[in-house]
Amino acid sequence: MPLLDVDTLTIEIPTEAGLLHAVNGVSFTLERGETLAIVGESGSGKSLTSLALMDLLPSRAVRKARSLRFDGIDLMAAGRREMENLRGDRMAMIFQEPMTSLNPAYTVGDQLAEALRRHRPVGRAAARDRAVHLLERVGITAAASRLGQYPHQLSGGLRQRVMIAMGLMCEPDLIIADEPTTALDVTIQAQILLLLRDIQREFGMGLILVTHDLGVVARVATKVAVMYAGRLVETGPVEAVFGAPSHPYTQGLLRAIPVPGRTKPGEPLGTIPGQVPNLIGPLAGCAFRNRCDRATDACAAAIPDRDLGPGHRMACVLDPVAVPA
Amino acid sequence: MLAFLLRRLAVALSVVLTVSVIAFLLLHLSGDLATDLAGPEASPEQVARVRVEYGLDQPLVVQYGQWLAGAARFDFGRSFYFRESVASLLGDRIPITLKLGAISLGLALLVAIPLGALAAVKRGSWFDRAALAFCALGQAVPTFWLGLTLIIIFAVNLRWLPVSGNATWSHYVLPSVALGWYAIPAVMRLTRNGMLDVMASDYIRTARAKGLRPHTVIFKHALRNAVVPVVALAAVQFGFMLGGSIVVEAVFSLQGLGQLAWEAIARKDFPVVQAIVMLLATIYILLTFLADLLNAWLDPRIRVA
Repeated sequence: MPLLDVDTLTIEIPTEAGLLHAVNGVSFTLERGETLAIVGESGSGKSLTSLALMDLLPSRAVRKARSLRFDGIDLMAAGRREMENLRGDRMAMIFQEPMTSLNPAYTVGDQLAEALRRHRPVGRAAARDRAVHLLERVGITAAASRLGQYPHQLSGGLRQRVMIAMGLMCEPDLIIADEPTTALDVTIQAQILLLLRDIQREFGMGLILVTHDLGVVARVATKVAVMYAGRLVETGPVEAVFGAPSHPYTQGLLRAIPVPGRTKPGEPLGTIPGQVPNLIGPLAGCAFRNRCDRATDACAAAIPDRDLGPGHRMACVLDPVAVPA
Repeated sequence: MLAFLLRRLAVALSVVLTVSVIAFLLLHLSGDLATDLAGPEASPEQVARVRVEYGLDQPLVVQYGQWLAGAARFDFGRSFYFRESVASLLGDRIPITLKLGAISLGLALLVAIPLGALAAVKRGSWFDRAALAFCALGQAVPTFWLGLTLIIIFAVNLRWLPVSGNATWSHYVLPSVALGWYAIPAVMRLTRNGMLDVMASDYIRTARAKGLRPHTVIFKHALRNAVVPVVALAAVQFGFMLGGSIVVEAVFSLQGLGQLAWEAIARKDFPVVQAIVMLLATIYILLTFLADLLNAWLDPRIRVA
């Protein structure tokens, strides 16, 4: 049984202009010990997908799914209290804004301890010890003295480490990290990513990494899910997707990254012309077809989900063409 | 934290001094006090005698210096009209107004903060709409009318509470409702808006992601942050209540500061007016000082500022 089984997840948001199809039939699975990177540009629905797993969507958003199971638990059928009991205990989330994601009115120690004491019958001292232990684990020096500090007294990198420690308080089975490094300096980004990878291995958790940074994916992920306009266009093991990118969108994304030694100085990077389609109103066919240079009439019809290899799938009517290296 | 306190205290003192100078000057510029004191039929000699007797012949700087020296020892001179020491006159009235103001503010906060918070949490619901309608109604009702209506219903018809006076605590119920009513809409709206902002913030999402129960999210994580601006408003409202209780004091025959101020102004009783202005200014400043302290405790980020 996979740790997480998402089958045809759909998120719709009613707006004044019509129904916004933010996420459209996304399916994937995650095992313990795996790291799935959900990749896509802003507005592709990757953050909403992760929020939907935690049942933290904005109240207007409507979540539908054929099946949404976490360790066998039907999340679609789970009540509010059941979700509250899962959140922070068995599934934790790390957000992308370390500067604003901690409550300014309470000390780091209080917010860390609270995460544990909400779910475990432990005393203050035990919660404190666990907090110190985890702060040390995420690489914070003088951890005990940090407990009495307020978030505004810490740097962005430190706050993100605190957020990670907070997610680990109950030793969850699943951690969802939504752009955990976006707001940080490049040097800190690498540290945080390696930290996440090490912790994921150490604790044997499932890790979902939501990002728009393909460099991040290559470093830490075992599986990739590429999202475009609310749809999963290609998914598979990192080696397969990066080695043989098959969906035209994935190919475009990869062309847009400079590769040391291969991209010549001054050579223009690949771009994907056009814009993300408007997701309001009824949708049909491939969402990428108006930007795809290989689009045909068939692209306006229903798009099949095709097997390309073990675990490697894509949503495209075209036969994969190898990208010239 | 100590430096923060000292700095705030120094600012507070300088504001009190400035207010005393301005009040002093304004009152002296409002007309010749000696002429008023001596009465309309007094001869120029009598006016001159009064001027000397009350020390009004001295230069303004000297008069102010004398007044300040006395004020530092809580001696605010003698009332021109009541022929009594101003300090004892105020001493009789302050407890009444303070009690009225404190109960009014307490009532207002007790109603307005929970209602505002609940309205924000249930935004757009019938409860939220009812709360907002109540706000509009609250501001539209004049204090004297509300006071009289309360008397008619609860004192005259139902006979639950006394009509007027200040003998027991029950005498304060109706006046406090009438006075506190005015503060409810502003406090409630500010609480509601603050809660709406805070509930949409990232750290509330974090709190929910931790699996915290809704009441912990709302009361521990949200309300404490939302209530910071409310504290400052409450301090100002309390000041208004003390200075502006004249109407309520008149309707309910409470012999408080408001009544005294009104009489003193009407009779050009300079020492009393000056003392009341000073007293209210000091209370105001004390309140904002307390509000700052409370806010520094609520929001640690303020402590460094």
